[in-house]
Amino acid sequence: MDTRERPLSPHLQVYKPQLTSILSLMHRMTGVALAVGTLLLVWWLVAASLGGEAFTTIQTIIGSWFGRLLLFGWTLALFYHLCNGIRHLFWDMGKGLDLPAAYRSGWIVIAAAIVLTISGWVCGYYSMGAL
Amino acid sequence: MSLRTDLGKVRGLGSAKEGVAHWWAQRLTAIALVPLMLWLVINIAHLAGADVKAVQAWIANPLTSVLLILMIVAVFHHMQLGLQVVIEDYVHTEWLKVACIIAVKFAAIALAATSLFAILKIAFAG
Repeated sequence: MDTRERPLSPHLQVYKPQLTSILSLMHRMTGVALAVGTLLLVWWLVAASLGGEAFTTIQTIIGSWFGRLLLFGWTLALFYHLCNGIRHLFWDMGKGLDLPAAYRSGWIVIAAAIVLTISGWVCGYYSMGAL
Repeated sequence: MSLRTDLGKVRGLGSAKEGVAHWWAQRLTAIALVPLMLWLVINIAHLAGADVKAVQAWIANPLTSVLLILMIVAVFHHMQLGLQVVIEDYVHTEWLKVACIIAVKFAAIALAATSLFAILKIAFAG
């Protein structure tokens, strides 16, 4: 059998990036990013169970500008993955598979993820009494 | 006309010999995680800037404890199913692929167990 290194389909590099393909790629990337983000969640739960210095440490790290930036990215990734996941569930039911519908739901997912992320952060700052 | 054998149709496991178990588990956990993650984000936003006592009191609430446990189980099950597919798609060296999948599955179970222990410790031991 011929086992030369032949190019495999799909040839992503010859395609013009489209909303549908970019969003599909982002679903994977946010999924992997969220997997890394679970480490923060586990750390937070363990720190809460230990109390004292362990909790002060994670609170200081999350409260720093870098921590907030990470948490903001995590929130955006979460809401994007959640909204696009719902889009996938509709596709699984055979709904919204035609091209106009796929583009429409794609833009809705982007808008919903941004709105939900900003709402979450406004809610957070409001709880801290910063607003 | 179908060329599939009667036994093949009854088993319904297809060419991968595992049927839709992986696909179905990914969807089930996804459906569960929609309300659970919305609940988590709302509550964490409310806890922004709270001290450890307030966080522990929230986790120790029975409803919170149970929802957190369900969330952790669904999150780590969903995570390892997803990462498995990503590894299968991009890692083509057989031994490395299998090693990565084993590492992801073990890590998911270890992280879930650690989280569950932390939640139960707060709930029962304060």
